[in-house]
Amino acid sequence: MSIEVKGVSKTFDTFKALDRVDLNIETGELLALLGPSGSGKTTLLRIIAGLEVADEGQILFHGEDTKERKVKDRQVGFVFQHYALFRHMTVFENIAFGLRVKPKHLRLSDAQIKEKVHGLLRLIQLDYIGERYPWQLSGGQRQRIALARALAVEPKVLLLDEPFGSLDAQVRKELRQWLRRFHDQLHITSLFVTHDQEEALEVADKIVVMNKGRLEQVGTPEEVYHKPANKFVLNFLGNVNFFHARVVDGKAYLGNAMIDLPDLHKNSKTASLFVRPHQFELTRQPKDGSSLKAVALTINPAGSVVKIDLKSEGGDTFQAEITQEEFQALRFQKGDTIYVSLRQVTYYEYEI
Amino acid sequence: MSQSRQEPTIIRRILITIALWYIGFFLVLPLMIVFASALHQGVGVYLSSLHDPMTLAAIRLTLLTAVVAVPLNLFFGIAASWAIVKFDFRGKNLLLTLIDLPLSVSPVISGLIYVLLFGAHGAWGPWLKAHGIQIIFTPAAIILTTLFVTFPLVARELIPMMKTLGNDEEEAAITLGAGGFKTFWYVTLPNIKWGLLYGVLLCNARAMGEFGAVSVVSGHIRGLTNTLPLHIEILYNEYQFTAAFAAASLLVFLALVTLVAKSLIELKFKAEQMPLLKGK
Repeated sequence: MSIEVKGVSKTFDTFKALDRVDLNIETGELLALLGPSGSGKTTLLRIIAGLEVADEGQILFHGEDTKERKVKDRQVGFVFQHYALFRHMTVFENIAFGLRVKPKHLRLSDAQIKEKVHGLLRLIQLDYIGERYPWQLSGGQRQRIALARALAVEPKVLLLDEPFGSLDAQVRKELRQWLRRFHDQLHITSLFVTHDQEEALEVADKIVVMNKGRLEQVGTPEEVYHKPANKFVLNFLGNVNFFHARVVDGKAYLGNAMIDLPDLHKNSKTASLFVRPHQFELTRQPKDGSSLKAVALTINPAGSVVKIDLKSEGGDTFQAEITQEEFQALRFQKGDTIYVSLRQVTYYEYEI
Repeated sequence: MSQSRQEPTIIRRILITIALWYIGFFLVLPLMIVFASALHQGVGVYLSSLHDPMTLAAIRLTLLTAVVAVPLNLFFGIAASWAIVKFDFRGKNLLLTLIDLPLSVSPVISGLIYVLLFGAHGAWGPWLKAHGIQIIFTPAAIILTTLFVTFPLVARELIPMMKTLGNDEEEAAITLGAGGFKTFWYVTLPNIKWGLLYGVLLCNARAMGEFGAVSVVSGHIRGLTNTLPLHIEILYNEYQFTAAFAAASLLVFLALVTLVAKSLIELKFKAEQMPLLKGK
């Protein structure tokens, strides 16, 4: 089912949680709402579910206004950050709940419910814990049960609020890959809220970057990462180093180094440069006039890449990442002088 | 814990002895005297004094009061806690404060306000009289006063409990297609049942044992408006000690049953709550 969000606003007391938000979600998409806390992402999710009411604007399901539709009739599956499993019910009863509360003429027989619940338990690979209680399970298991419970009623949309937020790093990673595979099997329109950019980039088909109740950018993971629409998106998605450059006659300078920015305007006086850690090239000798002279402050070779904190002549500190192979070849040590070239830069220019 | 173990044995013993003597002297001994006085002329006299028609009438009225007051306050308690915990509305704090009012005001006042409302010279007195309705000095007044005195007891147990439980499970139930009633019945109620039972128990004990407030509105009409506590006082004032203590032993027995039930509930609740706390 497709979802259309049209001009939705929501204010809590004096806090503007959502400010005229427009968003289209295609059928079968797996979409991430990404943003810092307080950006309105959870509020948007809850409004789509009907758990909150928008002050203004509309939510359309398949082109149909949902205003008159109660939460229980919206056919949305909602997965809560803290699972919200029914604590006094077994896993089996938790999953069966949505089937059991259906009106009598729509309800499946006990045998059918049993079959369906076991089918779901197999789907989430937890067939052996049906008789246990939620408190006897690990966080990852609980979250999978919560998902199975939401899926039992065959919702048209699946909404997940920070689904991996309270799990530890290892389980998080496993579970999000599992969610991706899961979605590829079921193709149910899904939205999940996260503040973890890595999670959004890895799992989602499309990412909606939110900040202060507004949408900053909507795009594929590739688009938002490589073509950030603005500084906020750039900053929020992945580490990024910031430099403040002087501009003279259409050329940008960082200290003595001249940075080649092709389309600089003649009238610009300053420019903000954003460089991701992997977009630096580090050398022992200056390559040309564009190399920035810097000193290695710390070197951390543990991990898939080597992280080097540097301080430039001009006093800017920044972090660069090089591959283990490069590091083996160059053998930098703390305190070494390193020349830095910028392979790729995102910049914003100003006439002041 | 470890510190108390370092105390010299002698201090430990002295403290324990003081505590035990204190409880023995001020609690256990008086309770035993109630039963001893009730039975000191033999079981036959004890039973026959309970069989007195006036005593039986008092027992009936006490039971009637509890049977009306407890369910009503159970209903009110759930409604008030639900409103306070699940919704935001103006005057919520005022409601919270007002719920505690009957506990902070002297029972005599609780009785008096009904006299001032329904009495012959009260605010609504003339109107009631014109319509031939008598409230003060009837069982109706006793039930009303008891309702007032006991109405915080269930709500006060439930509110903190429901606050800790939060809203998540109810929201989950709604998204799964459950309506308001089914959500309450299958999700909320099982989660609050022990607190609810505890509140009902307290409410019942107070409803049966209330003296002050009820005394003001009762009029002490024998066989008609005397509850068990009021009846005991009358018997005592008339020097019918055996009968007074026989009736008193019923209330003491009720208190003991309440106490045991309360301990059982707490035990059961703890056993269930432990994993719940871990599960949060």
